[in-house]
Amino acid sequence: MSASMLSAADRRRPWLLLAPSLITLFVLMIVPIGIMTIFSFYEFVTAGVEKEVFTTANWHEFLTDSFYHMFLWKTIRVAGITAILCALMGYPAAYCIAMTNYKHKWLLLLLLIVPFWISFTIRTFSWIHILGEQGVINVLLLKLGLVNEPIRMLYTEGSVIMGMIHFLLPYMILNVYVAIEGIDRNLISAARTLGCTAWQAFREVVLPLSLPGLMAGLLLCFVLAAGSYVTPQILGSTRDALFGNIIFDTIMDELNWPMGSTLSLVLLIFLGAVAAVYSRYMGLSRVLKGLSG
Amino acid sequence: MTTAAAVDLRDVTLAYGNFVAVKDVSLSIRKGEFVTLLGPSGCGKTTILRSIAGLVQPTGGEINVAGRRIDNIPIHKRNIGLVFQNYALFPHKTIFDNIAFGLKYRNVEKAQIATKVTRALEMVRLPGVERKLPSEMSGGQQQRIALARAIVIEPDVLLLDEPLSALDANLREEMRTELKIIQREVGITTIFVTHDQDEALAMSDRIVVMNKGLIEQVGTPEEVYRRPESRFVASFLGQSNLLPGRITGIVDGLATVRLDKGHDLVAAAPASLKDGAAVTAIVRAQKVVLGPPERAGLKGRIISTSYLGGSAAYFVDMGGITLQSIATIDDRVWREGEEVSIAIAPSDVLLLDEGGHRLR
Ligand SMILES: Nc1ncnc2c1ncn2[C@@H]1O[C@H](COP(=O)(O)OP(=O)(O)OP(=O)(O)O)[C@@H](O)[C@H]1O
Ligand SMILES: [Mg+2]
Repeated sequence: MSASMLSAADRRRPWLLLAPSLITLFVLMIVPIGIMTIFSFYEFVTAGVEKEVFTTANWHEFLTDSFYHMFLWKTIRVAGITAILCALMGYPAAYCIAMTNYKHKWLLLLLLIVPFWISFTIRTFSWIHILGEQGVINVLLLKLGLVNEPIRMLYTEGSVIMGMIHFLLPYMILNVYVAIEGIDRNLISAARTLGCTAWQAFREVVLPLSLPGLMAGLLLCFVLAAGSYVTPQILGSTRDALFGNIIFDTIMDELNWPMGSTLSLVLLIFLGAVAAVYSRYMGLSRVLKGLSG
Repeated sequence: MTTAAAVDLRDVTLAYGNFVAVKDVSLSIRKGEFVTLLGPSGCGKTTILRSIAGLVQPTGGEINVAGRRIDNIPIHKRNIGLVFQNYALFPHKTIFDNIAFGLKYRNVEKAQIATKVTRALEMVRLPGVERKLPSEMSGGQQQRIALARAIVIEPDVLLLDEPLSALDANLREEMRTELKIIQREVGITTIFVTHDQDEALAMSDRIVVMNKGLIEQVGTPEEVYRRPESRFVASFLGQSNLLPGRITGIVDGLATVRLDKGHDLVAAAPASLKDGAAVTAIVRAQKVVLGPPERAGLKGRIISTSYLGGSAAYFVDMGGITLQSIATIDDRVWREGEEVSIAIAPSDVLLLDEGGHRLR
């Protein structure tokens, strides 16, 4: 049917169906971002007080103060390391789940989702009892006499990355799993009969065809890690703060809303740009294809 | 041996857990021969192909290809071309890279790969598509690319697993002829799997009829069609009437078969036939000749008529026994309810023993 043959009611229908999500998005996303944008141009007077005049002081401060650059760079680095470690740990797991002949595959997938049944905050706190000075590992090492004093494992960048991997790994595994599951097994058989060893067949067929899933997983893990705030708060020292924690401090401790808004927008723009550039070069359609199998 | 078989299966058995998919299959194929595995779904055709290719491991027996035992060497060291039902072209590689794939792993030089790929594409009548992706090709074209990819490595044997079943009817006929021509040109030993009897009869040098993991009969298309060895082969290929009865007399090489409802059928008597034996008489539908009711012999009444243009298919009630008859139409078409006489020549009656095997 051509567009001209659609009646007015037909043409309205998509908009009616989209209306709930559009309104929700507008009220809960566009409006707050708009308000934050306005705030970022207000002048900060003192804690909790701002003057409604137009100034670029906040943006100027962000662009010139190396304190913020340092934390932005640190956030990129930590999120990048986390995403790559997730990929390295998640790919083999996803491969095994997808390739197993085990009859109850759903059980393996269920195990992956089980951690989500426990609150994210509680899961993060549980690391304190494992890595802390009085935690399982240190107590055990002390009892065995392998160390004389507790090893410092908690409140380090390592523990922050570990906590984030703990929470992001299932996303990576599911993304890669869906991609591998979608590969026709006959392609592997074909490669084998044409002269590939099992490893060569993996490199020629499974790896390239699962790449969209892996790339989608990397993007997802990177964005979620770079935007995370609870994990560094609980498992990191002040030095291990990420950009999200800086925003929190600016708004909640300093009560500097204009600067807080500015920094929030910076993170939003940065992560948006990463996703945009990434999808430009990877092709978002391919990433999405990886997501949908 | 001076004339070693191109492919030689000896007592090959393969079980998935407790389920035996292929049982004691022995088969010897000459170089250049086109052999078809024909049988109903689940009879183990694919399993045999996959065990030759090495994708599944037989639980017993021995497989020799080109004079060397291969069932104990890894897949990638066997030199076998396999074409899958769904083509299994690498979607992320160009047509060139698809066809060159096997050559690359055989360490063929770059320049030589290019000429071989070009030649392979010419052979399957698709020159100049090197730069395309499989998704840009039609089903029939993908089929040819898959064939080119398998042939270009000059395998010892080409295995085709229902390669035509995904194509529509017209294209299938066309590819059937084309495949056969290409196979002749290359002179490659081929094992073809299908459950389509027309395909098998049209293309094969020999047909292997399989049922439930066992070989029922091996022979030329004519042999398996005209001289079925077993009840299964007789009923699987073409339309046959299977009529149980008992031998009531043998005179001058002609046996009288008393059918269940008391009719007498005269059959050419095989040497091993004993008087009084329980048998099943097999008569092809094409060999049941209908005539005007005045004629002497068996009598019947037409139950249904299917007009097929050049021929007609009838179901005839012969005193409680339903016969199938297919006749070319020269003068008239018999209509439902009409009385007819039925003539069956003794030489057109095959006799099976109680076990369902043909008496010789
Ligand atoms: N991986 C497997 N595990 C268990 N049983 C299997 C497996 N593969 C095949 N089978 C069984 O083995 C039997 C033979 O299978 P096969 O695929 O060889 O049949 P086929 O003759 O090729 O049938 P079709 O014409 O449907 O392709 C079937 O009954 C099938 O259910
Ligand atoms: Mg099959």
